[in-house]
Amino acid sequence: MSLTRRNLLKKTLAGTAAASIPLSALKFLSSAEAKEAVETSKTRYAFLVDTNKCVGCGFCVKACKHENEIPYDSPVTRTWVERYVITKDGESHIDSPKGARDGFTSEEIAHHEVNPEDIDKAFFVPKLCNQCDTPACVQVCPVGATYKTKDGVVLIDRSWCVGCGYCIMACPYGVRFFHPIHKVADKCTFCYHRLVKGMDTACVDACAFGARQVCDLRNPDDPTTKIILTERVAVLKDEYGTKPHVFYIGLDRNVR
Amino acid sequence: MKNHVLRPLFVAILAIALLLTVRSFMVPDDFGVHGENFTFGYHRASNVDEWKVFPISYKGKEYCQECHEDKFEENMASKHKNIECENCHGPALEHPEKPEALTIDMSRELCIRCHALLSYPNDRGALPGIDPADHNPEEQCSECHNPHKPSLEDM
Repeated sequence: MSLTRRNLLKKTLAGTAAASIPLSALKFLSSAEAKEAVETSKTRYAFLVDTNKCVGCGFCVKACKHENEIPYDSPVTRTWVERYVITKDGESHIDSPKGARDGFTSEEIAHHEVNPEDIDKAFFVPKLCNQCDTPACVQVCPVGATYKTKDGVVLIDRSWCVGCGYCIMACPYGVRFFHPIHKVADKCTFCYHRLVKGMDTACVDACAFGARQVCDLRNPDDPTTKIILTERVAVLKDEYGTKPHVFYIGLDRNVR
Repeated sequence: MKNHVLRPLFVAILAIALLLTVRSFMVPDDFGVHGENFTFGYHRASNVDEWKVFPISYKGKEYCQECHEDKFEENMASKHKNIECENCHGPALEHPEKPEALTIDMSRELCIRCHALLSYPNDRGALPGIDPADHNPEEQCSECHNPHKPSLEDM
């Protein structure tokens, strides 16, 4: 066959097209890899918050900041506690000074006094990453720097994150922030480094009142799992469809 | 096709080929879909292990007990038994090597986290509480109260 101009062009085109198909698309999986790809994980971490037990001491926030090396005096935190005071006139007063890092030590709320006699109900709501099953923050990441592990925890690859902040905007719960030192997005990891070693999260350990519990949903013998599966628990912003895995006892309609 | 169509086409194809070549060198081998699907599992697999080895700072009460048995027992017999030592003394980390001694925080701020009276109809309101501005504001709480074993009767 003579190499005409037409043939040369055709072959060049075909060759380039073939070269641009990623090799990984043609890879055959070994049986172990295939099994791993379809198998459901043996672990699914979840969290239980009993808002009836929380007294707003803020030891959880302090412990979290130290454990996870979040700059102590920066106005960012992976977990925080909100105070809700509902007065008899139906008004709700909400605050969380410094994310409750130093606890709630004054009855002054959002720079004004509330007369104790006017209070209908008051409660504290600890918040943290919900480790959603369909996390909005992961969907929007343009570089694949944030992802869900097989045991349900959403993590951030600090060496891969470009700091665009899209995930921070996407999270309906506002749990993500920009890490002032690493210059990447950051958020609660359920203390992944502790969970995988069989420990509880730093905030769970720090809570003297048992308001915070962490568990494995796939372990039916875990007392916390039993509560989540058999008792009445609620989640935050269910309507967003992110399937959050931080469950609350005693949630109020004023909590957003 | 005419030359003026083909030439830019070649340039475009070359650019794509170049991009893919550079990409194959820049992207780590373990970067890909791990876990259930592309939407939630597209990441660098070895990052999971990087998070797993993050240092543990808070060791827990049992770790403290190994050396401070007396303090541990005194505390476990008191109303403060549910409070972790490290809540007040700070994370143990590599203690006793690094740091050799933990700071002993005796500030009022620590105690009033729970004991500043907030008259709420909930568990907080039921805790024994004081008005920090009124109750011996110049003194440290620990001068009168033993934080390991608080008891109003023993005072």
